[in-house]
Amino acid sequence: MCTTGLFAEIDALGLSYSELNQRVRIAVESGARRLVLRNVAGQRYIGTNLYGCADRQGLSGLLLEIHGTPGNDLGAFLDGPTIVVYGNAMDGTGNTMTSGRIVIHGRAGDITGLSARGGEIFVRDSVGYRTGVHMKQYQGNRPVIVIGGTSQDFLGEYMAGGIIILLGLHLKANEPHACNRLCSGMHGGAVFVRGTLRHGSLGHGVSVQPLNADDRQLVAVYVSRYAELFGADADSIMNASFTKLVPATGRPYKQLYAY
Amino acid sequence: MPRKASDFGIRSNRLPEYAVDRDYELCIGCGVCIRQCSFDVHYLDEDHDTVRSRSELCVGCHRCSALCPTRALAIKPNPAQYRAHGSWSGEHVKDINLQAETGGVVLTGSGNDKRAPVYWDNLLINASQVTNPSIDPLREPMELRTHLGARLDAVNIQAGSLDSRLPPTIPISTPIVFSALSYGAVSFQVQLALAQAAQELGTLWNTGEGGFHPRLREYGSNTIVQVASGRFGVDLDYLNSARMVEIKIGQGAKPGIGGHLAGEKVSKDVSATRMIPEGTDAISPAPQHDIYSIEDLRMLVFALKEATNYKVPVSVKIAAVHNAPAIASGMVRAGADVIAIDGFRGGTGAAPKVIRDNVGLPIEFALAAVDQRLRDEGIRNRVSIIAGGGVRNAADVVKAIALGADAVYVGTAALIAIGCTLCQKCYSGKCNWGIATQDPYLAKRVNPDIARRRLVNLVKGWSHEIKEMLGGMGINAIESLRSNRSQLRGIGLTAEELSILGVKPAGG
Ligand code: SF4
Ligand code: SF4
Repeated sequence: MCTTGLFAEIDALGLSYSELNQRVRIAVESGARRLVLRNVAGQRYIGTNLYGCADRQGLSGLLLEIHGTPGNDLGAFLDGPTIVVYGNAMDGTGNTMTSGRIVIHGRAGDITGLSARGGEIFVRDSVGYRTGVHMKQYQGNRPVIVIGGTSQDFLGEYMAGGIIILLGLHLKANEPHACNRLCSGMHGGAVFVRGTLRHGSLGHGVSVQPLNADDRQLVAVYVSRYAELFGADADSIMNASFTKLVPATGRPYKQLYAY
Repeated sequence: MPRKASDFGIRSNRLPEYAVDRDYELCIGCGVCIRQCSFDVHYLDEDHDTVRSRSELCVGCHRCSALCPTRALAIKPNPAQYRAHGSWSGEHVKDINLQAETGGVVLTGSGNDKRAPVYWDNLLINASQVTNPSIDPLREPMELRTHLGARLDAVNIQAGSLDSRLPPTIPISTPIVFSALSYGAVSFQVQLALAQAAQELGTLWNTGEGGFHPRLREYGSNTIVQVASGRFGVDLDYLNSARMVEIKIGQGAKPGIGGHLAGEKVSKDVSATRMIPEGTDAISPAPQHDIYSIEDLRMLVFALKEATNYKVPVSVKIAAVHNAPAIASGMVRAGADVIAIDGFRGGTGAAPKVIRDNVGLPIEFALAAVDQRLRDEGIRNRVSIIAGGGVRNAADVVKAIALGADAVYVGTAALIAIGCTLCQKCYSGKCNWGIATQDPYLAKRVNPDIARRRLVNLVKGWSHEIKEMLGGMGINAIESLRSNRSQLRGIGLTAEELSILGVKPAGG
């Protein structure tokens, strides 16, 4: 590990996840605010163990750059830092995240953003199953997941808040998104889909709506961030048809019980 | 205009469960009952200036009769019952009618009230006579302190000093821990009383899955926080402000299913604690979607250890189910420091009745089988076991520890100490005893100071009884009782039951 002032570089080769994460923690404790992790190969929980090792401001200004493939639960419980991965991410990216930003220059696996309560996740390519499952929003915290490609099944399952934007940039004209059972059990939040969905691919209790002006503006903000991060053309992304998926009711199980 | 029973949604073809018996000789028309009953049973008949009752709405919580100043009220089982039938009880008939009317799932609260055998009652505790002396706990040292957490298989000593990193353990001064009662299910006052009592007693209370109220964080060193499928209120502050983190996989009253707190109960304060918007349903999915296997469980266990820098033990709680021993073995291998097993008589704020009364195992069997399995595999030292779900008194605690528990979880007993009368209407949010409610008018019926004192008294009383029983056995430390099944004998049990429990028959 080499730390000079605000910058540190760590070679993850051969390190277990706890060794690697401990080194990251020590570097942040000793003042590093930009860390480059090289040769990352499957180490889990990167960015998870930073509680209390810097003040709020320090953690919010912290940048972790990961070269290689981080393991599961990247940025689990993340609260403040920015993580940028130059490669793919595995399952559980941003699990129960509170705030901060995770940028994946590649693909992310299953349950990306599970139960996130805030923060932003940008995935250049596609995501696995159950992305955004049970995301929620609270007061000023609204988690956002922007996906450049498509998603596997159960996107936005049990979603209680937050926003997912699914762009389908690699899809051919008229090729629908691959996912089924979108937004099953959704009771809050919104999913914005660019392009078309297959017939019958929505989960139970979802309402499909056109975007209003506010929605388009909201989507445009995140699309331009996506375009900036990954070098795409925001205008041409926006120049397509979008649909909005919202819960048909905020109380899906109201009628279920008898007493 | 007096309100009619039909204004309250009473369906004509269901017989009332209770009959309100008001002795008009004694009733002074003071109206206490009217104000005390949140189920709108009592009302003033203005035309006749008389207090009357709609028995159909009564849930049998006995609040009114307990508070009636002249003892004019008696709440009795309704003498007008359905025709007695050996197969179709009145409850079956009533539930069928309810479902025929609504098409819904019959909801209930509290714990399983069916006559499933309570095996504690078939176990008898030993005492010393002649061959080894009993101990008098009033005059001789007696240790109830135990430690929750993992023990290493071996430690390294280098040049006379310890060269192993010891996993974190939590000393508790009595083997009784308050089990998960979430804010939202119970009132703030109840949680405050539990937290203060745990601190005073040197034990732990458990936030349940409804978040950790900011005003309770000062009790963090006596607090277990839960991480359940809803992840309500879970963030780094939450995890790092507690003494132990518990992953809730399941609950004895409703194994295998999720739950939801109805939007009506998500008040401003509940919303802030759960970190969800006010008035929205708080839905806990059935599974945790990041846990589909033991490997996945290990992933979450270590995510929590990383998030807390390995400073607190991680517990995993499961409902007692048929293959609990194999699951428990997996839980240990997944890195749990504590495993909590909740038997099918455990309580709940809300569960489908059909699940509460039919799914799962009695804790006695699950506990004995889990403890044995972990011993057989040589991994029992790696975890502490907390057993819960129907622990009613000090004898049950002693029996649980002799069957293999390190400590017990008590929930229902704690609520009874605070005033609960087991009416099972916790899901309604109208608990007349101020426990399972968010209505400020009802919740203030629990005075946290009094509730704390009653909880402390209860646990002290039990602890003293445990010492008496230990002393009687000639044992002076609770840890020497753990899995010491030779101190138990079974009565009225089959050979199979005895063998699962690992105890000999009485007289044997
Ligand atoms: S519900 Fe409770 S308070 Fe109301 S009448 Fe029945 S016993 Fe009394
Ligand atoms: S907590 Fe309240 S509602 Fe629930 S069983 Fe006890 S007295 Fe009844």
